[in-house]
Amino acid sequence: MTALTQMLSYHFMQRALIVGGLVSLCAALLGVSLVLKRYSMIGDGLSHVGFGALAIASALHLAPLAVAVPVVIVAAVLLLRLSESSEVKGDAAIALISSSALAIGVISVSLTTGMNTEISNYMVGSILSLSRTDAILSVVLSLAVLLLFVLFYPRLFAVTFDESFARATGTRAGAYNTLLAVLTAITVVLGMRMMGALLISSLIIFPALSAMRVCRSFRGVVCCAAAVSLSCFLLGTLLSYFLETPTGASIVATNLLCFAGFSLAGIKGRGN
Amino acid sequence: MTILTCKDLSFSYEGKTVLESVCFSLQAGDYLCVVGENGSGKSTLIKGLLGLKEPDGGSLVWGEGVKSTEIGYLPQQTQVQRDFPASVEEVVLSGCLNSLGRRLRYHAEDRELARMNMERMGIEELSRQSYQALSGGQQQRVLLARALCATKKLLLLDEPVTGLDPVATGELYNLIKLVNLCDCITAIMVSHDIHEAVRYATHILHLGHRQLFFGTAAEYRESDLARRFLGGNRI
Repeated sequence: MTALTQMLSYHFMQRALIVGGLVSLCAALLGVSLVLKRYSMIGDGLSHVGFGALAIASALHLAPLAVAVPVVIVAAVLLLRLSESSEVKGDAAIALISSSALAIGVISVSLTTGMNTEISNYMVGSILSLSRTDAILSVVLSLAVLLLFVLFYPRLFAVTFDESFARATGTRAGAYNTLLAVLTAITVVLGMRMMGALLISSLIIFPALSAMRVCRSFRGVVCCAAAVSLSCFLLGTLLSYFLETPTGASIVATNLLCFAGFSLAGIKGRGN
Repeated sequence: MTILTCKDLSFSYEGKTVLESVCFSLQAGDYLCVVGENGSGKSTLIKGLLGLKEPDGGSLVWGEGVKSTEIGYLPQQTQVQRDFPASVEEVVLSGCLNSLGRRLRYHAEDRELARMNMERMGIEELSRQSYQALSGGQQQRVLLARALCATKKLLLLDEPVTGLDPVATGELYNLIKLVNLCDCITAIMVSHDIHEAVRYATHILHLGHRQLFFGTAAEYRESDLARRFLGGNRI
C-alpha cells in the first residue's frame, strides 16, 4: 500500500496514468469500429508512420506531437482511400506505407542523432517520455476523441454495421470513415509515446476482441472494451512499476491474459 | 398516385454505358421485380434509385413526398454483418437514421417505431438477442424491419432471399407481399429467382444492359422473352 502511495506521489506517474487512461479509453472505443470494419491493420500501419514522423521531428529538433499528429492524419486518410479503391489492395498498401515510413524514420535517425534513448522510446514506449505540454495536448485531444465518439455514436454504429444502408439513407459514410481514421490517427500518435510504435496497435485491437468474446450487443461490446482497456492499462502499469518491466509490453501482456480469459468464458458461455 | 417515373434513363462508368433506355413508371402499391442476368445493370439501377449514382442521361423523378433518402433499403448481406455483435433492437433502431436529422440521439418515437416494426415482422421476442446468433431467415426479417423504419412508402430489396432455405425463402416472400398489400408500400425487388418473381410481383422489369421488357407480370408470362429466359418452359 505504501508502495502504491509512493508510486502515485511521482508527478510523472500521475501524468502517465491520466494520459494513458484517456488514450486507452479512446483506443478501445475506436478499436471496436476498426476491428469490425476489418481496418485493424490501419492502426498498425499508422504507428509505423508515426514512428517515422517522430524520428524526423526529433532529427530536426521540432516538437514531436506537432509534427506527428498532422502527418499521421494525412497517412490515415490516404490509407483509407487506398483500402477502398480496388487498384492497390488494402493490406498491401498498408504494408507498403508502413515499411516505407519506418525506413525513412530509421535513415533520418542514423544520419543525424543516431539511435538515442528518445528514439528507442518511440519504438518500445516509455512512461517517462511525456513532457508537460505533451501531457496537456494529449488530454485535450483524447477528450475530443471521446466526445466525438459519444456524439456520433448512432451514426458510427450504422456506418460500421452496414455502410450500404447508411449511404442509402443519406448518411455520408465516407465522411464518417474519414472521421474514424482521423480519430484513430490522433489516438495512435498519443498512445505511441507510452506504448511505442511496436505495441500501440494492440491497445486498439485487444480490448475490442476480448469484449467480442463475451458481449452480444454493440453497446455491450463498446462498454466492455472500454472497461477492459482501462483495467488492463492500470494493471499493466502497476506490474511494470513493481516488476520493473517495460510499460507498453506489460500492458500488452495483461491484455493478452484478459483476452485468453474472456475467450474461455465465451466458449463456456456458448456451451451452456 | 405515381411514385416513380424513369424516362430514357442511362448510366455509365468511366464513359462506358452499362445501362440505357430505361423507361418505366410505378404507381403506389405496385410490386416491381427487376430481373436480368449478372452484370445486366440491376445493381447500377439500384444505385441510381438510391441517389448514389448520377444518371448519365434521361430523368428519374420521384412522386410527391418520396425522397431517395427515405427508401427502405435492404442491401445484400456482407460477411462482416453475419458475425457482427449487435442486438436485434440496435440493428432495427438504426433504420431510423434518416429521421435523425441534426439530432444526436434517437427519440422515444424512434424506439416505438422500431418496436412496432419488430412486431410486424414477428421478431419482437428476439429484440434483446444477438443478431449473429439468428438464423439467416431471422436476420433478413431483422433487416426488413430496419428497412421499414426508414420508409413509409417504398421498399428496395436487393436479392433478399440469397442463401436462405426454401422455407425461410417462402416466409420472407410472404412477408414482403404482406407489407406491400396491407400497408400499400411500393416494393422494388431485384431477384435471380424469376419463377417466384412472376408469382409475387405485379410488374416485371427485365434488364440486359438496356430495358428488354417492362409490363405486368401477366404480360411478361406471355412474352417471348420470358419463354427464352425460362428455358422454353412456360410458367
